[in-house]
Amino acid sequence: MGLEIAFWILAVIGIGAALTVVLLRDVFRAALCLVLCFLTVAGIYITLSADFLAAVQVLIYVGAIGVLVILAIMMTREIQRGSLSNKLRIPAFVVAILFLGVVSFAVINTPWQLADVAPLETTTPALAGKLFGEGGFILPVEIAAVLILAAILGAIVLVREK
Amino acid sequence: MSIGLNHYLILSAILFSIGLYGALAKRNAIVILMSIEIMLNAVNIAMVAFSRYIVPLLLTGQVFVIFIMVVAAAEAAVGLAIIIAIYRSRETIDVTKIDLMKW
Repeated sequence: MGLEIAFWILAVIGIGAALTVVLLRDVFRAALCLVLCFLTVAGIYITLSADFLAAVQVLIYVGAIGVLVILAIMMTREIQRGSLSNKLRIPAFVVAILFLGVVSFAVINTPWQLADVAPLETTTPALAGKLFGEGGFILPVEIAAVLILAAILGAIVLVREK
Repeated sequence: MSIGLNHYLILSAILFSIGLYGALAKRNAIVILMSIEIMLNAVNIAMVAFSRYIVPLLLTGQVFVIFIMVVAAAEAAVGLAIIIAIYRSRETIDVTKIDLMKW
């Protein structure tokens, strides 16, 4: 019962925050609502019993990406002009609604093969085994490290003063 | 009515649609990047929901989510760096005015 209440509260706040990001004129407040949306997604992970992912979500999205977005807003002085819509506003709305309709139809009409097993209580040891253990994802982990290094170098080169 | 897989997938679809609208209809490049982050989060919710309800003991979906987060962090860093570089050279981040390569 508590899980259901938590899901509905988090879902409503998350959708409201995401709508505010898209609809608000003030870019800075939109960024703060984006951080709120990330936090509710972390709560959704907890209701799905993914505790490690919730912690990572708070660390990476709320911490790193939220600060990065706010920093970028402060370095580009577009706040006065706000976040306006372009000419494609109505087609974009139609496309989004059509996409939502098609996906909802597909989700509701698909017979999912649900498993009747309770989820793991703590996911961190199992995830560590998956990532670093025998027959796991150790090669993608190494590639991700190279990708992060390339991204850091690229970001530094791009924003460096000439 | 108890919460099932469909609830999470519909929530994910709603968040993805909101992000899609923002990415298509906004002028400010930073707001477009923020909308893309919302879309990535929606996909992550769907991944974790599939992992929780279909293969609860394998955790493959959660491993996928970790890699998506890595790529999203790299994408946000490089994307915002590109936006700041464009702002330095052109004094605007309005994507309708950044049309040098438009035919």
